[in-house]
Amino acid sequence: MNGRRVLWLAGSFLVAAGFVWIWQWIADHRLISPVFLPGPDRAWAALVKGMTDGDLTEKLFATIRRMIYGWLLASLVGIALGAAIGTSKALREYLAPMFEFLRPLPASAIIPVAIALLGLSDPMALAVIAFGSLWPVLLATIHGFSAVEPRLYEVGRALRLSRPAVIFKIALPSASPDILAGMRLGLTVALILSVVCEMLAGRDGLGNWILLSARSFRAPDLYAGVILLGVLGYVSSMAIAAVEHRLLIWRGRAR
Amino acid sequence: MNRAAKALAVPALLLVAAEIATRLSGTTSLAVAPPSSVAVALLAALGDGTMLAATRDTLACAFGGLFVGGAIGLVLGLLFGLVRPLDRLMELTVEAIRPIPSVALIPIGMLSLGFGYSFEIAIVAFACVWTMLIMTRAAIGGIEPRLLEVSRALRLSTLQRIFKIVIPAALPRIIVAFRLAAGFALVVAVTVEIAANPQGMGYGILIAQQSLSPQLMLAYLLWIGLVGYGLNVLLSLAQQRLLGRAAMGEVRQ
Repeated sequence: MNGRRVLWLAGSFLVAAGFVWIWQWIADHRLISPVFLPGPDRAWAALVKGMTDGDLTEKLFATIRRMIYGWLLASLVGIALGAAIGTSKALREYLAPMFEFLRPLPASAIIPVAIALLGLSDPMALAVIAFGSLWPVLLATIHGFSAVEPRLYEVGRALRLSRPAVIFKIALPSASPDILAGMRLGLTVALILSVVCEMLAGRDGLGNWILLSARSFRAPDLYAGVILLGVLGYVSSMAIAAVEHRLLIWRGRAR
Repeated sequence: MNRAAKALAVPALLLVAAEIATRLSGTTSLAVAPPSSVAVALLAALGDGTMLAATRDTLACAFGGLFVGGAIGLVLGLLFGLVRPLDRLMELTVEAIRPIPSVALIPIGMLSLGFGYSFEIAIVAFACVWTMLIMTRAAIGGIEPRLLEVSRALRLSTLQRIFKIVIPAALPRIIVAFRLAAGFALVVAVTVEIAANPQGMGYGILIAQQSLSPQLMLAYLLWIGLVGYGLNVLLSLAQQRLLGRAAMGEVRQ
């Protein structure tokens, strides 16, 4: 990191601090009622209090668990199904149009159906999260597998590789950029659906926490929960970007 | 077999299987219903206008939010793309707000705006701003540098440069961004309705479930799917008409 970059970062930090200061100023002068907008000091105090002697940490981890489990399930199913469909022309012709219809369907619309089937339970939330983040992974995997350079398959045939060997040695590495992009999108969807499921089904977690805080007019607690969700969104997208960078380092070298 | 027949074969088979299974088992389940009675429920709800009114409410909020959020995102994206120092100074602020999941703002919206159109439009707008902002900024960053050299050689003023070179050159990618944001807007609108706001299609499906009417619930699900699919088809047609062959190149990118 060079000096200029550090300087710009410091500048952008100052700007962000300026916005927080404006927020504080608005709250201090009660331009917006403190019922709706507590100052950053009160939100921060609620965050610290909730993390130290409240159960906010517990809620945070409940949400993280839900999000990760659903996302992992969706990724496993999505990659396996996508590999099967992407490598077979017949399956693709029969199934791809149906998926194109299902793709724009808002995943949250499935929640009432899931509630009717599974009740207000943790399996319900898991099923909805997995269903929602399945599509980005599945469609990206199908695309990745069907866009493999045909000459690579010819090489596989020339080397008399078996079908699993072709999938694991040729198709999967070649499709991995698409798959990872799909998984990144899937993780965002998983976080959103975790929050919505917690709100609707009253399962323990940050979604439920912010809804209950709003209903009982505990605005500082509400903002503390929203800040935590923002941090969670940021950290999860940073983490998957780091994984992507590590796994795809060969791409930069190949170019 | 031609492509259309292949495309319809699996859904048709699944529907027939569902019909036979539900009829034979004589189910009184609260979650599943025979496809034929779902179709009847769909036609009835469309006929008495309730579903169309719900669709109107949802689309009004989705498009309202799309235009508000899209306009903010477009202006900010143009500003950040054209004035690099501003972009760098705002970097941390943008990166701190952007990762907040839009649904996390639902309780804040409930508290400060109450239920209704403006609440839903505000949440949809928040979700749409970022797609527009980031893709517009990238579109301006990706303009062929020689075009900008031409504008300097012709001694165009800043305004002329923006309206004659920058915006036309970035337009195809801005339209792609708009299409993505439109798809997003519908998803977020339905989600807000299911999670909190008592209006529109999302509320319709939730109430159908709570009133133990699986055929109406599944009819709503089917209808939401059809609206989403129809919107997607319309937007890609519009994109092709607006951009002609340029659209295809952008899609492939």
